[in-house]
Amino acid sequence: MSEITKTSAATVQASSLKRFGPWIGFLILLMVMPFIFTSNSAIFTMNLMGIFIIFALSYNMLLGQGGMLSFGHAVYFGLGGFMSVHFMNYIEDGSFVFPMWLLPIFGGLIGLVFAIIIGSFSTRRAGTVFAMISLGVGELMAASSLIFVAFFGGEEGVSGDRTMGPTLFGADFGPDKEVYYLIAAWVFVTVVLMYLFSRTPAGRLANAVRDNAERAEFIGYSQRKVRFVSFCASGLFAGIAGGLFAVNFEIVTEENLNALTSGTVLLMAYIGGVGFFIGPIVGAVVFTLLQSILSHYTDIWQMYVGVMFVLTVMFVPQGLTGIMMMHTPAYRMKRLGGLTVPYLRLGIPAISMVAGIAGFLEMMHHVRGAAQGESTMSLIGIEFDTHSVMPWVIVAVLGIVGGYLMRSQAGQLKDAWETANDPTAGKKEASS
Amino acid sequence: MFELVFFSLLNGIVTGLLLFMLASGLTLIFSMMGVLNFAHASFYMLGAYFAYTISAYLGFWVGLIVAPVIVGLLGALVERYGLRYVHRWGHVAELIFTFGLAFLIEEIVQFIWGKSTMAYHEPEILQFPLFTIYGQNFPAYKAFMLLISIAIFIMLLLILTRSRIGLIIQAAIHKPNMTAMLGHNVPLVFMGVFGVGCALAGLAGVIAGPALGTFPGMAVVLGAIVFVIVVVGGLGSLTGAFVASLIIGLMQTFAISLDYSVNDLMSVLNISFDADGALRDLWSLSLPQVAPILPYLLLVLILIFRPTGLFGNRET
Repeated sequence: MSEITKTSAATVQASSLKRFGPWIGFLILLMVMPFIFTSNSAIFTMNLMGIFIIFALSYNMLLGQGGMLSFGHAVYFGLGGFMSVHFMNYIEDGSFVFPMWLLPIFGGLIGLVFAIIIGSFSTRRAGTVFAMISLGVGELMAASSLIFVAFFGGEEGVSGDRTMGPTLFGADFGPDKEVYYLIAAWVFVTVVLMYLFSRTPAGRLANAVRDNAERAEFIGYSQRKVRFVSFCASGLFAGIAGGLFAVNFEIVTEENLNALTSGTVLLMAYIGGVGFFIGPIVGAVVFTLLQSILSHYTDIWQMYVGVMFVLTVMFVPQGLTGIMMMHTPAYRMKRLGGLTVPYLRLGIPAISMVAGIAGFLEMMHHVRGAAQGESTMSLIGIEFDTHSVMPWVIVAVLGIVGGYLMRSQAGQLKDAWETANDPTAGKKEASS
Repeated sequence: MFELVFFSLLNGIVTGLLLFMLASGLTLIFSMMGVLNFAHASFYMLGAYFAYTISAYLGFWVGLIVAPVIVGLLGALVERYGLRYVHRWGHVAELIFTFGLAFLIEEIVQFIWGKSTMAYHEPEILQFPLFTIYGQNFPAYKAFMLLISIAIFIMLLLILTRSRIGLIIQAAIHKPNMTAMLGHNVPLVFMGVFGVGCALAGLAGVIAGPALGTFPGMAVVLGAIVFVIVVVGGLGSLTGAFVASLIIGLMQTFAISLDYSVNDLMSVLNISFDADGALRDLWSLSLPQVAPILPYLLLVLILIFRPTGLFGNRET
């Protein structure tokens, strides 16, 4: 008897470590990030990342967990931003005393209110009808934001000042680093809440309705109500993300609720992987990094992102997280080591091919865009003349040889992959 | 007043028929594959750009013929190697694929042709006013657009209802499996319809390019409107697409030309409001101002109250 209780206590301890470990790790990571990356641009990027993490996760409550493809999610983000920036101005006027760090709550509330209004008719069906209504509502809002100048501020948007109002432990959120901690705190709280939501019966039912709406109805749940609850929760969190955007940038414009932002969030969630809770987090981090790093080096970064997105949809619909998760069985069987060499044999030619193609595109872009007579350009620190033959030959060789080698190496990776994932492989070796 | 109505009517019909050229392909593709092609307007844009490049070397008339063919071939390739591959991941993935494609095509167009508006003009033979009423000119090019659109509409109608190919297409729309059992190559029909739909969009781009401008944003401007037409007309219904195109075309031109505002309505009803409240923008709202949002309002209302669309017989 005592032995049993002992073992169960031990498992409880182990499971609680397993349960809370990742969260504690996440919290520590959020706390130490600004000490690792101290430059201003890094802090700026991390702030944006935090906002997009919340936004992309809220989007995935619809697409990944509820099976609702939305093309107008930026509406709730943008409205949350506008509401927050208006309240920011009320605080600045002194007509209203409220701590600035709680401002995203207003963003969340307006997101919730609009989600209730719009969700009341749009969640009747999933699939194409939902997608079309969300698109229509999104365009409607984007077009009205240019008409109703009093609330949306027209083309130049609405701006505010985040340093007013009561301070928190002496922090007035002037410097970006203080805003980082504000965003990090909100990210932690909302990520925990969204995770917990996915574990509630409502969250589980959303999965059921996504997979088989008819069956869920037969068990006695209204698919419409289930979708409606997810939709409202999603609007709430998108509004919070919008509020944080307002605090971070102190300006919200029409651009924050138009179709481009709606498309961006779909892109982030999908590249990260909609089938996993952490997928959108990965997607938001990768997208923001791509945006800030690539846009630093090249003008045509959006084309690279577009290519990456289309390739993701075609070949890895489970997203980046899906690729990582594919390795779990091999990892459990401790066979990941056997995959390293095959990956390198495929990866090096692949990098060469990508470098060749990217180099070619960059040079094309430079030749077309450069002023007359200017022919020197620099790529990864090397300066060369785009009008001479040599650089073109180099990128062509990189691309073609890389592509050829990649094709020839694909077979060996497939073999290695099958051996690593075959549960009987080890036994066969032992018996023979 | 008559002159205003007359010209708005003409312009509305030109716009409507142009929209129909896009919408007809889109609605056929949708009824066959169940996929709303987000990239449809991107093919329209490609048509305009290809025609611009061709017309710079070989003249407008060659571009008019060749550009839609190239766009159609491109569309067929996209269906064969993109959409058919993505089909295995389900409808949502297909929708997202076309969405990504629209994004990518816009970026590629910017990469090749740059961000500025292209100097793509109507041919010189058509640069004269066709007739003048009440001192207002009606350009010959608009009449040319009108003619081409009507010709395409009649041709499409004849092919779909009177020819053997049209019969097979209609059969493949309603019962794809049965049609395949009868020995028809249904995937090939799908590819063909996708290609022809894209070619029609390309043709619309070729003739709309000189009139509406050839710039990287032209797909976005029209893309969402075409969706509205397809949904409002009823998914898969060609008649619905035709009627909805005309409704949207007329609605937009009339809303722009009739300058009435909420204020006028209020003064008719003898109600007055203060000029500066939070709602001040609402009272000064005028018809030309709300013109861009009218189609979307119509879309949302239709989806709420009549999800099958005006002429559709099935829900989305």
